[in-house]
Amino acid sequence: MSKRTLRVSKIRNGTVIDHITRGHALDVIKILGIDGRAGGVVTIAMNVPSEKLGVKDIVKIEGRELNPEEVDKIALLAPHATINIIRNYRVVEKQRVKLPSVIYGILKCVNPSCISNSGEPVKSTFYVEQEEPLRLRCHYCGRIIEREDVLKQF
Amino acid sequence: MNAVRFEGRDIISIRDFTRGELDYILNMASEMEEVAKRGSDMLRGRTLASLFFEPSTRTRLSFEVAMQKLGGTTIGFAEPDISSIKKGETLADTVRVVENYADVIVLRHPLEGAARFAAEYARVPVINAGSGAEEHPTQAMLDLYTILKEKGRIDGLDIALMGDLRYGRTVHSLAYALSLYDVRLYFISPSMLRMRREVLDDIKGRVDVVEEENVEDVIPKIDVLYVTRIQKERFPDLSDYEKVRGSYRIDLNLLKGAKDGLIILHPLPRVDEIAPEVDATPYAKYFKQVWNGVVVRMALLALVLGALE
Ligand SMILES: Nc1ncnc2c1ncn2[C@@H]1O[C@H](COP(=O)(O)OP(=O)(O)O)[C@@H](O)[C@H]1O
Ligand SMILES: [Zn+2]
Repeated sequence: MSKRTLRVSKIRNGTVIDHITRGHALDVIKILGIDGRAGGVVTIAMNVPSEKLGVKDIVKIEGRELNPEEVDKIALLAPHATINIIRNYRVVEKQRVKLPSVIYGILKCVNPSCISNSGEPVKSTFYVEQEEPLRLRCHYCGRIIEREDVLKQF
Repeated sequence: MNAVRFEGRDIISIRDFTRGELDYILNMASEMEEVAKRGSDMLRGRTLASLFFEPSTRTRLSFEVAMQKLGGTTIGFAEPDISSIKKGETLADTVRVVENYADVIVLRHPLEGAARFAAEYARVPVINAGSGAEEHPTQAMLDLYTILKEKGRIDGLDIALMGDLRYGRTVHSLAYALSLYDVRLYFISPSMLRMRREVLDDIKGRVDVVEEENVEDVIPKIDVLYVTRIQKERFPDLSDYEKVRGSYRIDLNLLKGAKDGLIILHPLPRVDEIAPEVDATPYAKYFKQVWNGVVVRMALLALVLGALE
């Protein structure tokens, strides 16, 4: 049994996203636009016992390395996640995601009357007021956006 | 308080100010009372541009008068139709043109965050005269100033904000400003128009907040009653509006239980939320607010233009 499990989850080349806040594995899948049709093995583990977090979720993706924007997006929903890059079955790089204190460009303000949603030359800007549960404040209109609002955009 | 530096500073949101800075502005405003009566040339040769992309005669007049009383001149527009907006020019471009004519820009705009955005492009200070539904910082400052002038203090007062607390442009800024003081706040509104959660989140912990639907119960407890208009458009069902309207109207009967020193404020224009019979009572301070607005704006203009230390 344990041998079979191992065979399913071992990746040759790809990414292991570890220490995802419990309950957020599917959010991570969504952020990365994974629908399984690309062909590579994708393993999702939920409620795995963890020393650091009590329980955690893990996502393993064969054949894909993440770009910096994807890493930032993951940080929004799983601020403790670790990104492990696997090459030839080994972890060759390990990176803790880090939510910056200011988030430029990747999110849209939920307020339709916000200047950042107009035709002006403006880049959306949010301040991270709280990481978990997520609470961001629009630099322009002051509107608070939360996890659900962020998820809808990815 | 002399560590406060205002020259060149934008006035965008009340949230950008500390209590110390607000007290300093209120103090300067009171020094402007005399200057306003006799006039001054403190800002001679300086120009204020008022860019009003949304009509608001009162706020615009107040700023322009404030500038003139300090010896400065004013330019600007109040009709978006006749401005470049109609041709599709961005606000970013408008601001970069106008800053060549003016030393300070006063902006009213329908979009939220417009003033902060404009300030990022402008080399001259930008003063927010209302952007979207959220912020109107100079109104909040003049409200604070009125309370201070009439009651001699802000700390220790019981203050009620009443009416449309959800959409009212001025009540959000005012609630935040008051939360920097040691006050108890009563928010009185129909349930549909309750104070926004984000404003509540922001201020709770700093001050006591009581939410109420009923005005009568609160009247005997308070020192300040700040009334705002409830707009018909907010109610999908007109009969709901009719019901609500009657119960949020201030008249002599309602004021029978009021404390002697109660003051009633209103950002104006009023429609029928305060009965005209109240105007003659000592409670009514809403027309005095108009003058207070001028001196507060004089103080702000003198400060951001470096004419006052
Ligand atoms: N080749 C692989 N295929 C699938 N998962 C792997 C592979 N190598 C490592 N992992 C997983 O990636 C995560 C990080 O691995 P590692 O750095 O060895 O452990 P840790 O971070 O717990 O010290 C662990 O969850 C581990 O199970
Ligand atoms: Zn916004």
